Amino acid sequence: MTLIDTALSQTQLSSQDSEVIIRVRDLVVGFGEKLVMNQLNLDVYRGEVLGFVGGSGQGKSVLTRAILGLVPIRAGSIEVFGQNRNALDPAHRRALEQRWGVLFQNGALFSGLTVKQNIQMPMREMRQISQKLMDELAMLKIELVGLSIDAADKFPSELSGGMVKRAALARALALDPELLFLDEPTSGLDPIGAAEFDELISTLQHSLGLTVFMVTHDLDSLYSICDRVAALAEGKVIAQGPLKNLLESPHPWLKAYFHGVRGGRLTSTVGDYRNS
Amino acid sequence: MSVESLTYPPEVLVAGVGRMSLAGDWTLAASRLLEINAQKIVEHGRRATSLIIDLQAVSHLDTAGAWVINRAQQELTQARISVSLERIRPEYEAMLREAAYRDFHPPPSKRSPLIYDLLVDLGASVVGAFHDFYRGVAFLGEFVSTLAYVAANPKHFRFTALVSHIESVGLRSAPIIILINILVGAIVAQQGIFQLERFGASSLAVDLIGILVLRELGVLLTSIMIAGRSGSAITAEIGSMKMREEIDALRVMGLSANEVLIAPRVLALVCALPILTFIADMSALLGGRVVAWGYGDISPVAFLSLLKAAIAFRTFAVGLIKAPFMALVIGLIAAMDGLATEGSAESLGRQVTSSVVKSIFMVIVLDGLFAMFFAAINY
Repeated sequence: MTLIDTALSQTQLSSQDSEVIIRVRDLVVGFGEKLVMNQLNLDVYRGEVLGFVGGSGQGKSVLTRAILGLVPIRAGSIEVFGQNRNALDPAHRRALEQRWGVLFQNGALFSGLTVKQNIQMPMREMRQISQKLMDELAMLKIELVGLSIDAADKFPSELSGGMVKRAALARALALDPELLFLDEPTSGLDPIGAAEFDELISTLQHSLGLTVFMVTHDLDSLYSICDRVAALAEGKVIAQGPLKNLLESPHPWLKAYFHGVRGGRLTSTVGDYRNS
Repeated sequence: MSVESLTYPPEVLVAGVGRMSLAGDWTLAASRLLEINAQKIVEHGRRATSLIIDLQAVSHLDTAGAWVINRAQQELTQARISVSLERIRPEYEAMLREAAYRDFHPPPSKRSPLIYDLLVDLGASVVGAFHDFYRGVAFLGEFVSTLAYVAANPKHFRFTALVSHIESVGLRSAPIIILINILVGAIVAQQGIFQLERFGASSLAVDLIGILVLRELGVLLTSIMIAGRSGSAITAEIGSMKMREEIDALRVMGLSANEVLIAPRVLALVCALPILTFIADMSALLGGRVVAWGYGDISPVAFLSLLKAAIAFRTFAVGLIKAPFMALVIGLIAAMDGLATEGSAESLGRQVTSSVVKSIFMVIVLDGLFAMFFAAINY
């Protein structure tokens, strides 16, 4: 508990005045006998990139899906933009859902539609705008995520893994959301592609003023683009705050995560950079 | 208007010639209003030689808003009117830069005359049908060579898979096959008695039921049912395995999909279909017998002796001989179409449809060929 307090007190200085976009309180989620989330608390502030880490099978994806309303919750509350999604009537719920965009781990592009049609899908359903503007906006999004123009008329099965991620990001950005959920955005990309994708997210986050909730296993992403990091273990957020605080944390899982064989290599290089 | 009816719809405020200011939320949520207002900028701008657009009162801006503003600016610039944006809030500068207007030159959509498209489609489908036939024969050859290999190395054969497929193809289809065949037998009996009564020949209805059901209807209905029920399942299973690279995984392990996936399924169909046909024959005769008794006053005992006189063993055998061939056609078409699946969900749907349609069609064609064959050999 002290751990969270210290982490919180340090971040609150910087984020006290900024608005809370996602507020999770005492969340309980379970499947059958097993509780995946037990009294979990989490805050995400406007304009930040929150990296969310945790061991495999600890329920990172479950939490994301619970926030998105894809998994039923047993107790507790989840507020996004100050609204409790589960208590809203369908019309307001739709309005809320248009304010966020989601990048699923494997892209989840509609396989029967071209990239351009995938991006136009949410526009077509939600807005009454001319086909010309829709085409232009889709092409703009395709360019923003760094795809070439001729990818627009390709089907998802014709794209490489990295292009699928970019196309899925373009679709997530279709309605200009304020909040972006990324589920392991760099998994399956080569280190160069992953670094480019990190940079892309960072650029878009700054130019479009996004709040980003990013589930990741990629230590590089945590170092390079996350403003704050939250760690999940045993159904709770065991620590949240700037990466620096988490690196110094004595919690055994965090120690193993950041100072283990792979993590240690990176943390030491980060240390070297700082010293030099 | 949707629920999030805008607090501040986008607005264009004209402040004299050559000067205007924008206000409100210039976001995609404004949908139509966004385009209408962008059009307003262009219309008013055309009246002046130079235009200053004041953006200070814009409360929200997203890429869509930035895009239409940039586009309007571009249109005016092309009409030789200089446009400058003023008092842009710093947070929107990046947005306006990201969404800077550029002409994307969408690839021209190729439109050709309808008659041309129709002819192209027709030609393509004829060529496609020949290709299908060619591939079908090749696939049959592959299948037979797999069987030969398996016969030579019986320990490679997957008996457990065979049994489990026989269960799902045979045992689990039995109830529906019994049901529809009882109904069809009953309907044939009712119609036969009703029509033949006018000639005082209602007892001939038993001949009709016996010959029609045993020679044709039993095996045909069963095959069509299995094509719809199990053929589609096989295509969908193999198709989704193809989509998720499971077939490739088998191949790189040095296993052949033919041997592991297809042989057990097709053989299960070949084993199950004659048994199901037998069940279908018996159910249809039962249905006919009940209706003959209740509707035509032909007692069950009389029905049996009339039936005995009407049919020979070979009437029954004709139906049963056809069953394994029907099964082979259904199984091979289903497997082939499954393997032809590409990456998308749509393609899987297309393959399942085509597999069912093709196998029902081929079952009927095959039945016709058998009818000619048996007539030629007087069987």
